[in-house]
Amino acid sequence: MTGQLPVLQVAAPLLCAPLCVLLRSRTVAWLLFLVASLASLTCAALLAVRVDRSGTLRYAMGDWQAPYGIEFVVNGFNTPVLLLVSLSAVVVAVYSRRSVAGELAPRRVPLLYACLCLTLAGLLGLAITGDVFNAFVFLEISSLSTYTLIAMGRRRQALLAAFRYLVIGSVGAVFVLIGIGLAYAVTGTLNMGDLAQRVTGGHDNRSLQAAVVLVFVGLAVKMAVFPLHAWLPAAYAEAPSAVSTFIAATGTKVAIYVFCRFAFTVFGATLVFGAMPVGRIGLLLAALGILLGSAAACFQDDLRYLLAWSSVAQVGYIVAGVSLATTAGVSAAYLHMIMHSVTKAALFATAGLLLLRLGTVRLAALAGVGRRMPWTFAAFVVAGLGLVGVPPTAGFVSKWALVTALVEQGQWLVLAAMLSGSLLAVFYVGRVVEVAWFREPTADAEPAAAPASMVTAIWFLVLLSVSFGFDASLPAHLADAAASALLGNGGG
Amino acid sequence: MIASHYVYWTFFALMLIGLYVVISHGNLLKKLIGLTLFQVGVFLFYIGLGKRDGGSAPIISDGVEVYSHPLPQVLILTAIVVGVATLAVGLALAVRIFEAYGTVEEDEVVERDRADLATGHDGHQAAGRDSGGS
Repeated sequence: MTGQLPVLQVAAPLLCAPLCVLLRSRTVAWLLFLVASLASLTCAALLAVRVDRSGTLRYAMGDWQAPYGIEFVVNGFNTPVLLLVSLSAVVVAVYSRRSVAGELAPRRVPLLYACLCLTLAGLLGLAITGDVFNAFVFLEISSLSTYTLIAMGRRRQALLAAFRYLVIGSVGAVFVLIGIGLAYAVTGTLNMGDLAQRVTGGHDNRSLQAAVVLVFVGLAVKMAVFPLHAWLPAAYAEAPSAVSTFIAATGTKVAIYVFCRFAFTVFGATLVFGAMPVGRIGLLLAALGILLGSAAACFQDDLRYLLAWSSVAQVGYIVAGVSLATTAGVSAAYLHMIMHSVTKAALFATAGLLLLRLGTVRLAALAGVGRRMPWTFAAFVVAGLGLVGVPPTAGFVSKWALVTALVEQGQWLVLAAMLSGSLLAVFYVGRVVEVAWFREPTADAEPAAAPASMVTAIWFLVLLSVSFGFDASLPAHLADAAASALLGNGGG
Repeated sequence: MIASHYVYWTFFALMLIGLYVVISHGNLLKKLIGLTLFQVGVFLFYIGLGKRDGGSAPIISDGVEVYSHPLPQVLILTAIVVGVATLAVGLALAVRIFEAYGTVEEDEVVERDRADLATGHDGHQAAGRDSGGS
């Protein structure tokens, strides 16, 4: 039974998706999503423990041995991603019950859970697969279901946001497909480990260099790296609250993991960061993304757009760490991935609760809400401090690791961008706090009561982020294991 | 080089035409047509990779020595399914946009959103969207 864990990880949510559609009951669909995400979390935790104890796990799909068959590989580099995605899914499952009921027409609810199950299956599959073409298929499964989820937003703007994301996301995915095709033409294999072996020595091959460029540009769309971030703000801000919480916590993070996987364990660091200037370009785009994302966040007058723009900036921090291509840099990037995922999920979840209670999250309408609903807003402030990186929150630990990694490499300009980004974060988080706490309330209508399940989910995330701030040994251990697995080329 | 690889140049031209249509047209349906062209170019590129001069279809039969490579064809079978699904979701979204805005021109949709913002109407769609298709 335990030998089947890697495939169960993906199969559980994948099987629940059609059941949600067929059974057509809101409660059953919600239960199915909850069960699927709990099952994934159990699998991920068991796999993490086994990998930690005995190293790489390989699963040959249908017993067709690699490199001919499709292979699932679990190693230090993807256990943090599997844990992160499935844990976010469990929290979102708890959160979504009341949130979705308040935002969607009843007959759409089972469909939303079906799409959430599919997104979960796609993201987990993308994280666990050891086959490049399989990665493309999982990328499209998660993307297509995400487009549908975004289109379920309560305003009609959600439709155009979803359509734009669909067009640019599909173009990105097709770029990845061309890149995979070129790499296949050069090497004749699709297995990641096998590709890595056959790529060595072919660094002057033009087709291979084109493959690297195409795969990375395609993934950059999914990662929302500046200047390919244009789809992100509207997509996050217009999606239903539970959906934006889930995709803000997982979507771009899994794409960043896939980038790392391709860069270090498929094409190899000597080709990507040595022979080609991917590292320098990555640092430049990261710095620009941090500055422009943070600056744009300062000018938003809708809380969810503000948070979404801040996500563009945070992707920059993670990309900067990865682009250093050092153990310290990649480890810091993983750490920031985990910390930011928890923090941003808490913020989007809080914004969703405010939306449910007030009917709007425009900053002008938030005047004085801190005084009327202190607990909800306290969660926002604590998570917001995590976004800025104030000790002792989670954001401080990972930003400190990033700063150390940048100083080690003498990347002063990127460091300056990162610190200015944090200052801008003080400003845009501070602006929300100022409006909510220090302005006189405008409307005197009593806000709707906060559902206990949503409050529980939010405070779980907030407390998790604070506890990581005090004791980051678990995420730091995962991040170090990931970095050494990637750079030691231990997985393949 | 160009002469011997003319097939690939044709496929890349097809991809670029598709990509150009996606970027240059504001009509949502034309964007989807461009996207499909782009995808089809890539599909042909894969099939081209597996083709051998004089090779027959990859089905074992007597008297045939040279076969085309079957793996790219199988991969593209999967990619075609993905492409159809993408097109279906895209068209469904275009229909919903038409129902909500009465147009499939991107500029006009953006214009109407701006007008909403000016009048304080937040685009909330309660009644209209549930009478539509499932």
